[in-house]
Amino acid sequence: MQQVMTKDEYKKYVDKKSPNSSLIRNIPKAFLVGGLICVVGQFFTNTFKGMGMEKDAVSSLTSIVMISLGILFTALNLYDDLGKFAGAGSIVPITGFANSIASPAMEYKSEGLVLGIGAKMFLIAGPVLVHGIGASIIVGIIYYLVTT
Amino acid sequence: MNNTLISYISAFLVGGVICSLGQILIDKTKLTPARILVLFVTVGVFLTALGLYQKVVDIGGAGATIPLTGFGYSLAKGTFSDVDKHGLLGAFTGGIRATAGGVSAAIVFGYLVAVIFKPKAKA
Amino acid sequence: MLDKKVGKQTRRLHNPPVITATASIVGPKEGKGPLAAHFDLTVDDELWGEKTWEKAESKFVKETYAKILSNASLAANGVDYIIAGDLLNQSIASTFGLRDSGVPFYGVYGACSTIGESMGLGAMLIDGGFASNVVCITSSHFCSAEKQFRFPLELGSQRAPTSQWTVTGSAGVLLSAEGTGPFITKITTGKVVDLGIKDQNNMGAAMAPAAADTIYAHFEDTGLPHDYYDMVITGDLGSIGLEILDDLLSSNDIRIGKVLNDGGVMIFDKKQDVHAGGSGCCCCASVLAGYLYDSLKKGKLRKILLVPTGALLSPTSVQQGESIPCVAHAIVIENVIGG
Repeated sequence: MQQVMTKDEYKKYVDKKSPNSSLIRNIPKAFLVGGLICVVGQFFTNTFKGMGMEKDAVSSLTSIVMISLGILFTALNLYDDLGKFAGAGSIVPITGFANSIASPAMEYKSEGLVLGIGAKMFLIAGPVLVHGIGASIIVGIIYYLVTT
Repeated sequence: MNNTLISYISAFLVGGVICSLGQILIDKTKLTPARILVLFVTVGVFLTALGLYQKVVDIGGAGATIPLTGFGYSLAKGTFSDVDKHGLLGAFTGGIRATAGGVSAAIVFGYLVAVIFKPKAKA
Repeated sequence: MLDKKVGKQTRRLHNPPVITATASIVGPKEGKGPLAAHFDLTVDDELWGEKTWEKAESKFVKETYAKILSNASLAANGVDYIIAGDLLNQSIASTFGLRDSGVPFYGVYGACSTIGESMGLGAMLIDGGFASNVVCITSSHFCSAEKQFRFPLELGSQRAPTSQWTVTGSAGVLLSAEGTGPFITKITTGKVVDLGIKDQNNMGAAMAPAAADTIYAHFEDTGLPHDYYDMVITGDLGSIGLEILDDLLSSNDIRIGKVLNDGGVMIFDKKQDVHAGGSGCCCCASVLAGYLYDSLKKGKLRKILLVPTGALLSPTSVQQGESIPCVAHAIVIENVIGG
């Protein structure tokens, strides 16, 4: 075939030809669902505070409850439907982190408890922990050097 | 308006804005969910270190701590408090200590549901 | 011997093989699509009673193979060769599904072009006198493909508007030396073509240049008029890839017009939320085994050019940031030996 386009020209042509995701439709949905998930989190924070717990315990317990909810919704085959509607609205909250742990664990159960669930559970969340904890160690070292 | 109502409204608004930023990133950059999550946690750690994210948390409450940037906030805050107590050792213990509850819950419950429940085909 | 070669890529079959039977078994979503009436069987559970998606896909292959033999009233020992392939690593859906067949087996990999690749090879085996009956069969499964190439099913992510939906099912054809048609009269084997597209959620754009290249070579080799065929069916470019293909062909002065269609566009309705259309080995194969074969048999179509297209990527190549090489194989199917 006659080469009518270079790779660069073809990429530009394809970009123009391919429809983009509609931000105008997606952002309100992400805002709404993301906001509501945070309101649920605020509800638990307020409740635990009201029970007289100390600050660190409140934040830990809120995380635990929200993660459990995310995992429960994943188990009931609902979180993927929510994600299809909300996009980042359900990926970015900590419930999305929980979904990213429960979903590969369920998917790879067929490969066994050790190399299936055990190894694949952190398929997506693993990189998050590696980079998050890594970053916290870096800033911790810098903080130590600056403060001493 | 009472304080409880205000806390809900600010959580909704701040959480909504943070998730909308994630949506813009997904749609504009075609980043996969894994990369979005990594980005948000790391950004959360560095914004906290710069003292900026504390201000977002003061305004948004759970609206700032529930998004994954808040996970980064917990990591960084935990690290600083352990460095204050134990020196350099704290840089290696604080992050995991502060987030241990959530991560452990994810491991235990994630494992349990995987044993019990099955993924379903999409319609 | 040399006059079997027509130009660089096309081969004329002197003893054109006959497609004596076809079969297709598909999943629930395909069974709700516009071509539903043409499939042999629709299964309403993606697992089909099996424990894993992979086992289910093998079962689709096994049952479809049995259905081809029964549709042809052919005994198991009447098959000389099976040529098969699928999307799963090391083509396990095909080999596991066919391990009890007791027939000499060639495994091939051409991603979604597999049915074109296997039919081209099968046709040459028969034309060469090496076989009287060859079964060409392939499969794909939405759930096993998502697991291997994308994300766990329960992960809450959004699909890009350019993404395509992997067809669940298996489909195949029986090629025979004897019969009344439709005949495979020519084949044009495609080259690997890569125009640098890296987005695995936009396979149509990646594959369209390969389809254009093969269709161009076909008309160049044969000298046939561009309106010779009742239908030119690619698969599975989807709606965006099909538009791109039309543009690419037009800029090479090949104007096929309205008879240019695509298996990925035909198999699902736009309302089925499949974004750019269907994909997977079974997509083009089931459109051929179902709707196209029925139309040829009834004389609604008399001569078609089938151009299955495959994106030859792997999860590793995607993660390493490689672009997506693609291939397309053209098969001429005619009710009367002519041309």
